[in-house]
Amino acid sequence: MWKWINSFAKPEKAYWLCSILLPWFAIVAVVSLVVGIIWGLGFAPSDYQQGDSFRIIYIHVPSAILAMGAYVAMAIGALVGVVWQWRTAFMFMVAIAPVGAVMTFISLFTGSFWGKPMWGTWWIWDARLTSQLILLFLYLGVISLYAAFEDKQQAGKAAGVMAMVGVINIPIIHFSVEWWNTLHQGASITKIGKPSIAEPMLWPLLICILGFAAFIGWVTLIRMKNEIILRDMHRPWVAKMFGVIRPEKVRRGDKILGDSDKPRGGR
Amino acid sequence: MVGSALIAIFKKDISLAYRQLAELMQPLMFFILVITLFPLAVGPSPDTLQRIGGGIIWVAAILSLLLGMERMFRDDYADGTLEQYILSPTPLYLIVVVKVLAHWLMHIVPLFLISPLLALFLNLTMDMYVALMLTLLLGTPLISFVGAIGVALTVGLQKGGVLLALLLIPIFIPLLIFATSAIESASMLLPYHQQLATIASLLLISVALSPMAVAYSLRVSQN
Amino acid sequence: MSVLLAHNISCEKSDRALFSGLHLSVSPGELVYLTGENGAGKTSLLRILVGLGMPSKNTFDDVDNEQDPIDLNDDEHETSLKNQKTYVKINTIDVHKDINGASEQLLYFGHKLGLNQLMSPVENLQSWCHQQNIETNIGTITSTLDELGLTGLEDIALKNLSAGQQRRVALAKLWLKSYANLWVLDEPFTALDVNFIAMLEDKITAFLKSGGAVLMTSHQSLNIDYPMTNMHLEYQW
Repeated sequence: MWKWINSFAKPEKAYWLCSILLPWFAIVAVVSLVVGIIWGLGFAPSDYQQGDSFRIIYIHVPSAILAMGAYVAMAIGALVGVVWQWRTAFMFMVAIAPVGAVMTFISLFTGSFWGKPMWGTWWIWDARLTSQLILLFLYLGVISLYAAFEDKQQAGKAAGVMAMVGVINIPIIHFSVEWWNTLHQGASITKIGKPSIAEPMLWPLLICILGFAAFIGWVTLIRMKNEIILRDMHRPWVAKMFGVIRPEKVRRGDKILGDSDKPRGGR
Repeated sequence: MVGSALIAIFKKDISLAYRQLAELMQPLMFFILVITLFPLAVGPSPDTLQRIGGGIIWVAAILSLLLGMERMFRDDYADGTLEQYILSPTPLYLIVVVKVLAHWLMHIVPLFLISPLLALFLNLTMDMYVALMLTLLLGTPLISFVGAIGVALTVGLQKGGVLLALLLIPIFIPLLIFATSAIESASMLLPYHQQLATIASLLLISVALSPMAVAYSLRVSQN
Repeated sequence: MSVLLAHNISCEKSDRALFSGLHLSVSPGELVYLTGENGAGKTSLLRILVGLGMPSKNTFDDVDNEQDPIDLNDDEHETSLKNQKTYVKINTIDVHKDINGASEQLLYFGHKLGLNQLMSPVENLQSWCHQQNIETNIGTITSTLDELGLTGLEDIALKNLSAGQQRRVALAKLWLKSYANLWVLDEPFTALDVNFIAMLEDKITAFLKSGGAVLMTSHQSLNIDYPMTNMHLEYQW
């Protein structure tokens, strides 16, 4: 089984896997999102305390949870890339990073929308929003570090280290921001954190979470396919796939290192 | 033998820092300047300054330490000494510990010496001052050890500077929260063992884990 | 028994495969002379061999993938796996697993000098010897520097010496680490004048005759009266 798993270190195999998985993620994403959002925004009973404005949680909560989840997935990709040196793991990391960052931004944006009717201001330094903001900076850090390197393999390793440092810090940041918030909390802030949620409200929320997760997967797979093609542009398998005929490189007369009896064709 | 090689590297780094004292003074000057900006910006009322004083000093300390952190591996990387360290009998992660310690020492001692003056500038009480010193003592090595990871990752880049700050500042936020909370508790004459213990445990974790991460990052930069 | 043994190493820089599935061995008393165009990958190869660079996973050889590993039976798979193992061993120590042990008898001379600009030649070499656990004293170091034509310059900060003089200080390591049995030299003749090049060539010949192994690259032709193995790296896409 390990040889099968290890075969995905090759970009060609990983590309094949992405192509297979893509339609499934797309279907699940579209169906869940349509069902979940219409149910949540339209049909779920309105909250007795917050009225209809609470409905934004159907966007805010999934995006917040999955922004965190995407970071963890990114860090796992980083770990696989660093420890087992899979190029494809780094490509995955690059694919999911901006998606996660946008998710974080969505959660901040919708969180702020939620806040306006609740607290009367567009922004408030509560524990959750503050943590999400810091998460956004962690994402931007990984993305910037990756972009700063010319050699993408080196970039992957460096950004991978940063992603792993970040993932270790996320629980620490969470705990400290929660604690900081309790210290400085004014008396008038209501506890929005973890409401005990009634069942008819819960189902659309779960469906939305599934939908968002599938959506993230969908976009990540598309991006990953692009990244693989971009990085492997010069390889024969890419040329073959797109039907491009490449001229064979002429071999020089000297003894070529690393070459036994194999003809080394155009690369 | 490994021990004496490490001590030699430590001594070498300290003496090299001495030969470049002007460069060491720059982050210190920055530290003082930033702190000076605040009374000018928010008004010199002693009460206001006292309330935000702990926070100001800590933010200024983080920024100035970030400025000075690039020195840690920059010269050794540029002149190839780092390569020789990698190819020596001493494990790289131990060399990293020694270098980080030397760097911390050279940067923190001036900070410590200047802090009574700053406590005066910001009207901190004696209790707050003690809390400040304790949090600096425990927190700045944490900044150095964790910061070293960022420095090691960016040492080969020509751009560097601001990217390092962008990477590291989010990581230092918990430390900032606990340190300033300790100073605030001190101002209200409340105990702050909890905050100090948390900082100390973060420090221990980072001392245990970061040398390996730094060594790996240095080797990635060598590629 | 080879001093340096490399099996199935590949290198990728900026998504270009410099070389893949490369095998190399250097025996005691052998001089391997590596040539190739600029950018062919000589420096990258040498750095991987000493442990400063990490070899990439060999996912480039599409020719190797003709046989799907799943179709092989257990024995064939075992052999093919062994053939796909990547390692570099110096004196039978795996360089990427234990670089500290592997570099014990190695001397690597690359593009960077490995010397601090603010310290003097003597301080630099003392510090280097200390790290390498080489027992030495100032007398030995000074006399070596004398031999290399740096009399009177021993205590000046390195940045005040010319490029060629700094190179000579760096090359003094070849004289000081006398128990090394493998020299990996990446363009050692850069910035040196003809007299010193001749001296260095003599030193290399003496080292080879006493049983040392040398792997070197250079853009100039070597005037060494000693059998050499030529290896050529081809620039490829």
